[in-house]
Amino acid sequence: MHSIPGRRIILSLFLIFLLLPIYWLVNMSFKTNTEIVTTMTLWPHQPTLANYMRIFTDESWYSGYINSLKYVVINTVLSISFALPAAYAFSRYRFLGDKHLFFWLLSNRMAPPAVFALPFFNLYSAINLFDTPWAVALAHCLFNVPLAVWILEGFVSSVPREIDETAFLDGYSFPRFFIKILVPLIASGIGVAAFFCFMFSWVELLLARTLTSVNAKPISAVMTRTVSASGMDWGLLAAAGVLTIIPGALVIWFVRNYIARGFALGRV
Amino acid sequence: MDKTVNQKAWFLVLPVFLIVAFSAILPLMTVVNYSMQDTFGNNQFFWNGVGWFKELLDPTTDLGGRFLASLGRNLFFSAVILAIEVPLGIVVALSMPREGWRVAACLVIMALPLLIPWNVVGTIWQIFGRPDIGLMGYALNSIGINYNYVSNEFDAWATVIVMDVWHWTSLVALLCYAGLKSIPDAYYQAAQIDGASRWAVFTAIQLPKMNRVLLIAVLLRFMDSFMIYTEPFVVTGGGPGNSTTFVSIELVKIALGQFDLGKAAALSLVYNLIILIVCWIFYTVMTNAGAERAPEKGVA
Repeated sequence: MHSIPGRRIILSLFLIFLLLPIYWLVNMSFKTNTEIVTTMTLWPHQPTLANYMRIFTDESWYSGYINSLKYVVINTVLSISFALPAAYAFSRYRFLGDKHLFFWLLSNRMAPPAVFALPFFNLYSAINLFDTPWAVALAHCLFNVPLAVWILEGFVSSVPREIDETAFLDGYSFPRFFIKILVPLIASGIGVAAFFCFMFSWVELLLARTLTSVNAKPISAVMTRTVSASGMDWGLLAAAGVLTIIPGALVIWFVRNYIARGFALGRV
Repeated sequence: MDKTVNQKAWFLVLPVFLIVAFSAILPLMTVVNYSMQDTFGNNQFFWNGVGWFKELLDPTTDLGGRFLASLGRNLFFSAVILAIEVPLGIVVALSMPREGWRVAACLVIMALPLLIPWNVVGTIWQIFGRPDIGLMGYALNSIGINYNYVSNEFDAWATVIVMDVWHWTSLVALLCYAGLKSIPDAYYQAAQIDGASRWAVFTAIQLPKMNRVLLIAVLLRFMDSFMIYTEPFVVTGGGPGNSTTFVSIELVKIALGQFDLGKAAALSLVYNLIILIVCWIFYTVMTNAGAERAPEKGVA
């Protein structure tokens, strides 16, 4: 009943619109530069793996992926472990300034990274974290911790509080209740929150680029540098782009059953 | 759900408070500090009071002119993409298949653009739109439309908007889909018995149920489009001329390009204030809407 006339056509057109630019990128990544520049071909006529080979053999390329994954993972772990107790507190208790605090957290999710780029540069240089994955991971906490609190609060609230009370009556201490009972109950929520932290840390470029120079350079920064330096190596650029899509696609596959609810931030 | 008053809950919130304060308040203090001073390099600073703010809000000065122009462009951009993405997202959500493997396939494809790094999104469209090597640019030019996003203002705008629609409509659609999924079948059966038209079902059942998620969608889309930086920067670099220079791009130009710390800091504060106000309005509306529906909370 919740369908509309012509839905198949609308949906197909939309999905084609989404996939076409991605297809073009994949297509180009398997072409040689001569083929890209001289002819317009809908699929690679002389398919080549040279672009990918170069990325996997050149350290300045593949270390970019490793650096990016490092700070993304650190950030996800930090965000979730900080946000879990806070989400529980916001969901179960009222305390002095709770609403204001929640709003303040939320407002940080909306803060433009451009505002923070320069002060972060000063801050992390001052405490000697500049050009390490930790600097980027901590900087991304600015928007990922509030987001994780927001998502997890929704999921914790859907756990009936009778469960807490029963557990405490059974003699569970708070930390034990938290780890043994609450965390397994909201496992899917934690998965969703981790997915979002991963996503927003993975796609962000401005802060990641500002806070690193050589050792911790993320893949997105490596890409921008190469575009301007080596003229226009379109095939290589396309191959690097395709490789950045893969981690995201893998993560989506794991959370596919929770995606819809996750995007509603646990509040449908 | 009644919450008990418990001040000890602050201990659970404290870690979050500290880590966010470290990344938010500390840097903001530096910004406030800079915004009141002028510098000629060498770490020598001079007190400038509210001078930068006056200049910023006065369209006749260079700084003010640039700020207000980029703000206007940014608001226009946000309005356009909201006007396209919200209705389109709703229509796509309504078109989703009901069950089976096709749902999972659609969800995965739709989520794909959301997980592509923003500079790669820029790169994809930069390539896709080029008249010489990009499918879209080539196709448009070969059917007689003179399309070139590097030199033509209108084409640059069109490219940036289509790119944003490509990138983010899925978010709106996924949110709406989640809202639609939460409607019990009984509602539809009741509507069928009443002989309600499809349009009536949409306005009386589906739209009210999507209210809350739509609010989240509009909030997220407005905020993210208001602070957009990477994607248009990669595709057009803010050009041609300054025609696609949004507030964030202008800010980064002033701060990291010209190293005009005072000006950049004043701009940052005003920028942040605007966002804070909009965010507060949405938050109030959202919590009010939540209070009305409190008994239904957690029914997911």
